[in-house]
Amino acid sequence: MTAAVTEPGRAEAALDDRVATRSLAVRMLRRPEIGSLVGAIVIFALFMLVAVPFRNVANIGTILYGASAIGIMAVPVALLMIGGEFDLSAGVAVTTAGLSASLLAWNFGLNVWVGVILALALALGVGAFNGWLLFKTGLPSFLVTLGTFFVLQGVNLGVTRLLTGNVATADISDMDGFTSAQAVFGSEIALGPVTLKVTVLYWVVLTVVAAHVLLRRQVGNWIFAVGGDAAAARAIGVPVRATKIGLFMAVGFCAWLSGMHLLFQFNTVQSGEGVGKEFIFIIAAVIGGCLLTGGYGSVVGASIGALIFGMTQLGINYAGWNPDWFKAFLGVMLLLATIVNVYVKRKADLR
Amino acid sequence: MLATSGMMALALTACSSSGGKQTTEAASAPASAAGTPTMTVAFITHAAPGDTFWDLVRKGAEAAAAKGNIKLEYQADPDGANQANLVQTAIDKKVDGIAVTLAKPDAMKANVEKALKGGVPVVALNGGIDQWKSMGVLEYFGQDEKIAGEAAGARLKQDGAKKALCVIQEQGHVGLEARCDGTKASFPDTEKIYVTGTDMPSVQAAITSKLQQDSSIDRVLTLGAPFALTAVKSVKDASSSAKVVTFDTNKELVTAIKNGQVEWAVDQQPFLQGYLAVDSLWLYKTNGNVIGGGQATLTGPAFIDKTNVAAVEQFAASGTR
Repeated sequence: MTAAVTEPGRAEAALDDRVATRSLAVRMLRRPEIGSLVGAIVIFALFMLVAVPFRNVANIGTILYGASAIGIMAVPVALLMIGGEFDLSAGVAVTTAGLSASLLAWNFGLNVWVGVILALALALGVGAFNGWLLFKTGLPSFLVTLGTFFVLQGVNLGVTRLLTGNVATADISDMDGFTSAQAVFGSEIALGPVTLKVTVLYWVVLTVVAAHVLLRRQVGNWIFAVGGDAAAARAIGVPVRATKIGLFMAVGFCAWLSGMHLLFQFNTVQSGEGVGKEFIFIIAAVIGGCLLTGGYGSVVGASIGALIFGMTQLGINYAGWNPDWFKAFLGVMLLLATIVNVYVKRKADLR
Repeated sequence: MLATSGMMALALTACSSSGGKQTTEAASAPASAAGTPTMTVAFITHAAPGDTFWDLVRKGAEAAAAKGNIKLEYQADPDGANQANLVQTAIDKKVDGIAVTLAKPDAMKANVEKALKGGVPVVALNGGIDQWKSMGVLEYFGQDEKIAGEAAGARLKQDGAKKALCVIQEQGHVGLEARCDGTKASFPDTEKIYVTGTDMPSVQAAITSKLQQDSSIDRVLTLGAPFALTAVKSVKDASSSAKVVTFDTNKELVTAIKNGQVEWAVDQQPFLQGYLAVDSLWLYKTNGNVIGGGQATLTGPAFIDKTNVAAVEQFAASGTR
């Protein structure tokens, strides 16, 4: 575990033109998240201009909540994409986590916290299973996780109906441990006029921790290496299998965190939820500069991507635009953000 | 912090002293088996997976099936073409009757007519009030969404509401649009908003932001029970004084009406729709009866509010209202 993979070339002759020093501006522009940052500023300015309530400081909490619900998952999904893999089951895995915590506690009359911890084990297990199956079968992660996506969707519905006779979980708000669990996963923090949901805190912490790991730790280098070229990474001693399984488990962990919020914010979980959200997480990561091919990207960028999504989604409401066009506006905004992203990156690369 | 507080809670007790399945031993649906001859009924809806509304419809259908000693084959697919295919498989299996929802009538038309031509009686429920007759379907059970919307609008006017926000959880759903249009017809100051029904946090944030944008909104009208419960949270988040009203109910919503969190719900009696659809096929087969005498049988709109919620509550607890 001591074989550190440092950036190739850095220790060698500084005269090598591959490592020639570039100006600060160019180095800034070459960061993967710069495009999404520009996009975020443009969208922020647009809505500040057209939507009066957008300017109200107290409404920041709403926008950040919308963004955090996406951001908590966009962070591990971005890490996974940098590591060269997809997880299409990430959306329904959130629902699975929420359902299993609720159903286990309710069905066996357990303290809610026991359900919460069992659900964590399950969510990590699903992640580990995705990673394990990937290596066992040698199939692309797109296919493997597409399979898990359908399995989880069916199991969510089937098990819920089997246990409760309904398609939603029973209300567990009168059970032991609910209040304390709600304080952890569904509480609010008032900061002056702004009321922040606890998910915003989790989102920021996750972003900081993941960005630190990715850029400053050995594991971060492993993630870039396995995403760039798995065979070459293996040749220089990177534990490719462990890294990728770990990334899938990170997605599982965050799915559990989101699922717990879902459960403790709304008390019951509907078993059909979460379908389609996996694409939103991937979109946020792509806006944030992650390449669909792996090996390149940024966690901070993915979080900015989630912020763009949150601002756009709610900005349209704040602007009071005709709701018939809601999805179309959203699509155009996202395309623009992505195009700005690619354009800035290309300009910077040409320097 | 999470882990420590979790462990502390665990150390205290692993089991819950209140709530859970053990204290919710639900009464079974009102049904008892009869000694009449068996028939097979295919029950084919456009239900999206995991929607609580359809639990009630299905329970009604199952209750009628149990009572009439009927073999019930429940199928659902929100995609029009897929739902039509399910009708075809029912024909192939030579069932004795088909109950079907006609939310996407154009997709369903050909196969429904094929079943009728082949001598299989077909009844419709829940959706397709304008189309069932022309397809030659025997009977229809459900509410007229436009009329239900108008009733909701009239009630809003009567309550002295100023501006209503109509929350549509599925863009492009004809029945949901009709509800909002009906409401707008009798209560003109109604504005629509679209939310993603399969993503509750985004539903909550979307309603909150709309309430923050337009402070003149004093009623939030949702079109499904789970969304009403979420809207209650949005109203609180936005520090709005708007009241929440809704279409359709479930167990939690009935409690919310009792607590005063939700003012009222337009009830279309989904249990009754499922029950009548199956029972009508049994009556048609055994006695040649046609319920409604060629007209649609309306199961709603009825209102559930504080004045009558107690009567509904006991049935909601067992999951049939």
